[in-house]
Amino acid sequence: MIPLVTLTDLTLRRDGQVVMSGASLSLKLGERLAIVGPNGAGKTSLLRAIVGLERPAAGRVTLFGQECTREADFRVARRRIGFLFQDSDDQLFCPSVIEDVAFGPLNLGVGEDAARATALAVLEGLGLAHLAERFTHKLSGGEKRLVCLAGLLAMRPDVLLLDEPTNGIDAENGARLRAALAAFEGAMILVSHDDGFVSELASRAMVLRAGVLRPAEIHSHPHFHAHPHIHAPEPRGGA
Amino acid sequence: MTLWPGDLRARLLAGAAVLVFIAPLDAPGPAFAGLALVAVLYALERHALPWRRLLHLEAFLLIVLVTVPFSMPGTALLTLGPLQASVEGLWRALTLAAKVTASVLFLSALFAGAAPEHLGAALRALHLPEPLVRIFLGLVRYLALIRAEMARAQEAMRARSFRPGTNLHSWRSYGWLIGRMLLRALQRADRVEEAMRLRHYAGRLPRPATRAVPRADKLRAIALPAPFLLILLWGLG
Repeated sequence: MIPLVTLTDLTLRRDGQVVMSGASLSLKLGERLAIVGPNGAGKTSLLRAIVGLERPAAGRVTLFGQECTREADFRVARRRIGFLFQDSDDQLFCPSVIEDVAFGPLNLGVGEDAARATALAVLEGLGLAHLAERFTHKLSGGEKRLVCLAGLLAMRPDVLLLDEPTNGIDAENGARLRAALAAFEGAMILVSHDDGFVSELASRAMVLRAGVLRPAEIHSHPHFHAHPHIHAPEPRGGA
Repeated sequence: MTLWPGDLRARLLAGAAVLVFIAPLDAPGPAFAGLALVAVLYALERHALPWRRLLHLEAFLLIVLVTVPFSMPGTALLTLGPLQASVEGLWRALTLAAKVTASVLFLSALFAGAAPEHLGAALRALHLPEPLVRIFLGLVRYLALIRAEMARAQEAMRARSFRPGTNLHSWRSYGWLIGRMLLRALQRADRVEEAMRLRHYAGRLPRPATRAVPRADKLRAIALPAPFLLILLWGLG
């Protein structure tokens, strides 16, 4: 079986400095690969290199069995890859939610009505149908993230790249995001600080430290822990 | 009942027509008639006057009122050293003020109920160049973010005891603030563009199918500028 995404000995440079050297990975159908590592380790750069927003100084990017070197190669592959940005405001640029979700299908040449119908169906699937006519800049942080995801899912991607998906998202919308990602049938690469989120979702993990990517292990074991609690005082004179 | 066309395309066209009819007026009589007509529209629509906007505008018009009389030759009204204000100049200044006030008041009322986000679609439907529509929509989308960013940056400065004054330190700090805002805006623009490319944007969107403008709105769009046309004809006659 051909892997969906393969990186071979990838070296990335920024401003003349090597930010990643010799990174290799391969993502197979249905796999959920978590990449963990400290801030500034190059996790976002790695995702950007996969979709061709950053070009490697050395090494190869192979998407769906096709080696990609030029913008045209990446363009073809990007139809099947959804990239969820860290800052949702960078991704949501249309005035209304429904327009933003329909943006991708429209770019793929789907007709106006069909694109709208697809967008509505995806929003409904995520439990966001009530947001359809809202203005994007008036949504909460969590809602924005979910609408971004809807915009990606509307293009029916085979692979999702998630860059810190749970950052700045409230508990309720976080639960919705988890549910939506758990239900996603394709493969994904997720970059996250949120250990709980990673262990719940990922099937495999790699660690990126100081520009070097290594396989890692996900294991879970029971914890006994203690931490201080704050309780609101009980109302006086109660039952 | 409202006099404004409900359809934004019709409303935009009616607004543009009214401005085109007001702009060439060059005598005080027609200009003030136009202003009076706008006031009548406000009364008919029971629309409150936008005092704040008006105040900003009149402050700007004060400059016109003070300078224009001195820039036109004619019957002397007031002499200040080598400078001479003319009666003709004063009338010209008042005409200008009436025209500008009438235009701004008219547009304020006409678009008071329209969300800018919806105006973009109407502009596109009217076949305005796509880059202009994009710039407009981008502004609408990101203005709040840029404003919030600016406010946060200024709060952060204040939190470190920055008090603006007329000194080099203040000017330099403001220079840095503006430079940083520009840099962040450019970076944001790059990221937005990347996000669009990742969703297969190739610089063009299919023009959305548009519904026909309702008949009643067409009639309103013709009826609304008509009295302004009459004033223009009177002014030219």
